[in-house]
Amino acid sequence: MVQLEVFLQTLISGILLGGLYAVIGLGMTLIMGVMKIINLAHGELMMVAMYIAFWLFSLLGVDPYVSLLVTIPALFVLGVVIQRTLISPVLKVDSILPENQVILTVGIGMILANLATMFFSSDYRSTPVSYAADAWYLSDYWRSSPIELSLSVPWTVSFGFALAITAALWGFLQHTDTGKAIRATAQDKDAALMMGINVERMTMVTFGLGAALVGAAGSLFIPMYYLYPALGGKFTLIAFVITILGGLGSTQGAIIGGIILGIFESMTATYIGMGWAPVGRFVIFVACLVFLPRGVAGLMKRS
Amino acid sequence: MAQSSWFRNYKVAACVLVALAAAPLVPVLNSSYMLHVLILMLMWSVIGMSWNLLSGYCGQVSFGHAAFFGLGAYTAGILYLHGGVSGWWGLPASVIVVGLGSLVIGYICLRLRGPYFALGTLAMGEVLRVTAENMEWLTEGTMGIMIEKRTWVAKEPFYYIVLALAVGTFVIMELLVRSKWGYYFVAIREDQDAAESLGIDTTRYKTIALVISGVLTGLVGAFYTNYMGFIDPEVVFALHDISIITIMVVMVGGVATRWGPFAGALIMIVLSELIRAMPKIGTAHQTLFGVLLIVIIIYLPNGVMGDFRKVFRLVRRGAAPARAGGE
Repeated sequence: MVQLEVFLQTLISGILLGGLYAVIGLGMTLIMGVMKIINLAHGELMMVAMYIAFWLFSLLGVDPYVSLLVTIPALFVLGVVIQRTLISPVLKVDSILPENQVILTVGIGMILANLATMFFSSDYRSTPVSYAADAWYLSDYWRSSPIELSLSVPWTVSFGFALAITAALWGFLQHTDTGKAIRATAQDKDAALMMGINVERMTMVTFGLGAALVGAAGSLFIPMYYLYPALGGKFTLIAFVITILGGLGSTQGAIIGGIILGIFESMTATYIGMGWAPVGRFVIFVACLVFLPRGVAGLMKRS
Repeated sequence: MAQSSWFRNYKVAACVLVALAAAPLVPVLNSSYMLHVLILMLMWSVIGMSWNLLSGYCGQVSFGHAAFFGLGAYTAGILYLHGGVSGWWGLPASVIVVGLGSLVIGYICLRLRGPYFALGTLAMGEVLRVTAENMEWLTEGTMGIMIEKRTWVAKEPFYYIVLALAVGTFVIMELLVRSKWGYYFVAIREDQDAAESLGIDTTRYKTIALVISGVLTGLVGAFYTNYMGFIDPEVVFALHDISIITIMVVMVGGVATRWGPFAGALIMIVLSELIRAMPKIGTAHQTLFGVLLIVIIIYLPNGVMGDFRKVFRLVRRGAAPARAGGE
């Protein structure tokens, strides 16, 4: 019975983690789909958003979930500025290696992480919200329950927000003109251009959206995670693993990929050891490259 | 005829070699610090040249050269720690270990193209770092491996060993790039599908480039263990301080150029030593490197050597009003 309890509890925390991962992965997969570049500053953008949420909480006492109202627009603007001033000029530069843009985003990430270290020092910070350790217990609702499971309040609330954001994004991409234009640009840039879509602007909006999504993820993660300037790299890798897992540029794939990764990581942490969770992440990444190179999206298409 | 054209091509190389070999004899350079800087510069040129082969000539941009560097470093470290032999046996041993490791990494990553390959290799570097941190029975985990007694106190022997490595790598690069394989590599970089349709076994030649590149980087890693006397996973598998600096060395110097890695290593090492010497700005070295990277990518996409004329013109024009896009 204890075995089952541990397993179910691990599964639940994996799903909760995966929902948040999905939001990070969605941002990256959007940028990848439309611009065909990998944004290696993705995690660093999240770090910036987390610092915004952190300072709002520490200085003004704004709840991390309320700070979503600030981080989302702020990161959207930051994304648009980065796209306009740095990435867009490089797309036009002729060079031997087409990976220049990817290397450029590495440079942006380095600058963001280093500036954060300089201004905010490399201390570990957290937002001690009042509900940080609260949880809902199954036995409170079902007295005679044979097993005991719990749902952490901040994790569940963050997961709820993640679902809402994902649904909003889906609605935006599916039903608005801009959303349709973005999807058209992702499918075929030249054709979209000929249909009168302002491709340049769509690219800008997409990069802003991707940044805004990961900014939202920053606000959702801050109640549970420690914040420090070097945290970006880890989340960039997570975002990348999710996009590979989900299938490059596929939004549904990114959601499923996020949840698979969340469950897998929490399973490795429980059954193999905390330190091995990152290895688990890469094992699934490598397995995916070898056995399922087109990701979950490829699998869905086949069946 | 063949003799004279060979000499014409390599006159510069011969001069550089003589200058480098004589460097420890020059009094100004013969301080422990200057030799250390020169050793670092040569180490980075070797890593740069090997990255240049895989990424510059063959077009497979690697973000994970720390994987090869760290594998080589740990081969030497583990041989010393558990094998009880001198860490220098790590150099020949790393050829085998890193060679096999590169084959595995190649098998996994070379099915990816372009940026995806780049990220695959990046992940490989991280996997190895986390593995080295967790396999404490073999690697001592985050404690790292310490070589109790350095082979030599003086720096000169280390300097000549790394110089020999650099010369060897330079010769291998020249032979490779000018051989049939070199043309295959460039063909793969320019258009992989076209290369394939011309009958080039792209997977095979990409693997060859990767293994040679990996083994050379691994040799530097094994040298590093013996030279520094201490390694830990954070240092030798570092993403920013090894993998990204490798890319920067070649990007700054010039991708797919003969002297690019040397020029890049020289510029980067001098820059980082200068920045470190400045009291306030020292902590900002990554910002400055990041800015440098962005400036290079936007204005000198082919590096100092590749855009030599452009740099030359900019310098000569000097005070004259710079015109935008003065091609």
